[in-house]
Amino acid sequence: MAARGCGGVWRRALQRGPGGSCSASRPRRAVACNARGGAVPVGQSGLAPWVPVVGLEIHAQITSNSKLFSGSQVQFAAPPNSLVSFFDASLPGTLPVLNRRCVEAAVMTGLALNCTINKKSLFDRKHYFYADLPAGYQITQQRVPIAVNGSLSYSLCIDNKMSQMVTKTVRIKQIQLEQDSGKSLHDDARSQTLVDLNRAGVGLMEVVMEPDMCCGEEAAAAVRELQLILQTLGSSQAIMAEGQLRVDANVSVHHPGEPYGVRTEVKNINSIRFLTKAVDYEIQRQIKELENGGTVVNETRAFDSKLGCTVPMRDKEGKQDYRFMPEPNLPPLILYDAKSLPANVNHQQVVNIDWIHERLPDLPSVKRAKLVELYGILPEHSFTLVNEDGLMEFFEDVVKRTQMKPKKVIGWILSDLLSHLKQHSLTANESPISSFLLADLLNLLENGDISSSAAKQVMAIKEGNKKVINKLIGLVRKATRGRANPLLVKQILEKKLSE
Amino acid sequence: MTPRNRFRWRVMRVLALCRWLRGGTVRALRLGAAAASSAPPSQDSVTVEVLDHLERLALVDFRDAEGVERLREAVRFAERLREVNTEGIEPLDSVLEDRCLYLREDDVTEGNCTAELLKNAREKVEEYFVAPPGNIPLPELEERDTFLKGS
Repeated sequence: MAARGCGGVWRRALQRGPGGSCSASRPRRAVACNARGGAVPVGQSGLAPWVPVVGLEIHAQITSNSKLFSGSQVQFAAPPNSLVSFFDASLPGTLPVLNRRCVEAAVMTGLALNCTINKKSLFDRKHYFYADLPAGYQITQQRVPIAVNGSLSYSLCIDNKMSQMVTKTVRIKQIQLEQDSGKSLHDDARSQTLVDLNRAGVGLMEVVMEPDMCCGEEAAAAVRELQLILQTLGSSQAIMAEGQLRVDANVSVHHPGEPYGVRTEVKNINSIRFLTKAVDYEIQRQIKELENGGTVVNETRAFDSKLGCTVPMRDKEGKQDYRFMPEPNLPPLILYDAKSLPANVNHQQVVNIDWIHERLPDLPSVKRAKLVELYGILPEHSFTLVNEDGLMEFFEDVVKRTQMKPKKVIGWILSDLLSHLKQHSLTANESPISSFLLADLLNLLENGDISSSAAKQVMAIKEGNKKVINKLIGLVRKATRGRANPLLVKQILEKKLSE
Repeated sequence: MTPRNRFRWRVMRVLALCRWLRGGTVRALRLGAAAASSAPPSQDSVTVEVLDHLERLALVDFRDAEGVERLREAVRFAERLREVNTEGIEPLDSVLEDRCLYLREDDVTEGNCTAELLKNAREKVEEYFVAPPGNIPLPELEERDTFLKGS
């Protein structure tokens, strides 16, 4: 669902948890952000106001069959080191060969985020040592990335009732293609690390967002919208739980009118919910630190989801010098458009930006606008429909098959059905009530054949509400004056209900 | 690109050069370097701090005065590029710049050679490579047994 916006004021958590490095109390409402974006600092009990600044670096795994620079397969959860080519293992004598699908995915994403696509982009090496980076460097695009200067619009609810939405924009600094590293499994017991290179070399799009956000909820809303866009494009499935979308937050605070404060980088954020918590915690921690006369260290911190706080990461060795250098094995990446397309060229060797632009699917914002226009539903409803996997298609299916007006249908879908789905962690495609069934039910309701409460009962039964089934059995017994075999009745009812 | 970055990349290539120099096949280059030594010496840029930094970043071992001198010669050699006026000229960072970057189809053509890859590993556990628990950073200059301390 669309996130709630920051409507309150930044205060330090005045209650502290019983010792430990994390304050166990939940922070009060986030910073006051006005509709134009940017924080509106509010003076609070004599303390000078704070303006938090949040920027995001997002790594999205490209959905492709093979890796960015090699022909080994991209797949989640395969036997260790089974999807690794000689190049991925950095054996001598191997060279990178760029995967066209990855280039197309990056161009699609750049176009969807209103970026300027660089017709000439370059690859670089970023050097650092780590066991899951066999080459000792990562091939990335530091100097001239594939897309720059875009924007992402997202929406927040200003109040708790989800009735007033505000649209905000975050600037996209750049999108670059780069390699993923392998995976390290830390075996503390035996003091060793186990390395699986299956992920090494998988294509990533790094999306760098400018620090235009001011609290956890804005960050979460922006990431959620990006996730929907990527899933709509198909350039990335962006499932955070599977590591296909990784978010690092850069957080700092300063007094209005003063220069930006020292920022920290927060990593290890594994879900959108945790992103909100991590960012808000870090903002609060920095404010507390500075108000107590301390300083904020430019460091990398990890979010501990169990404790709900950020802790310094031990393995980072100060400020890294990555010794960037041009990747000597790859010439510049040249992209074309309709005008610059050379005449006699092998189409397989060419990426045409205009061709990709023409085939972009409807982005979430367009889908929402169409829903509102076509069906006359409220914008906030369109948000929920697009936000929940498969729900929009379900809704449109039902509307097609029923005479009930869409504005009424939406009520049935968003209240009863959705709450049940959420309770049991099901998607619309897994709904025990199919769109056919719901449409039939709503038709009966429209024609006056059944009452509203009866319809709700039927839904409850279909959703597996055992109490209602028992009630039905009771009704049958009454109707048959106790002569029907209760077990048989139950069997017949269950058979009928499962049809 | 700023002049500072340009210089950094030249030094980068010079470092690669330096590693190659230590291989020993340098007769021809030595002559070139000797000719360049008539240019003003650039001892300033190759300080102990820089050498320590490089040893830490690249895990190279300059080992002795000869190793360091080779680096100095290489830097001097590269610095002669500054005599050329490159104002307003796009830097050449790849001799491949006029080549076409080949794009591969997104097909699975490699992988599935776990046993072969693990053959190279000194230690393995159930098809995983084994590594130390974390990076072992180079000790600080004071604690290291290196010739750099003396210079």
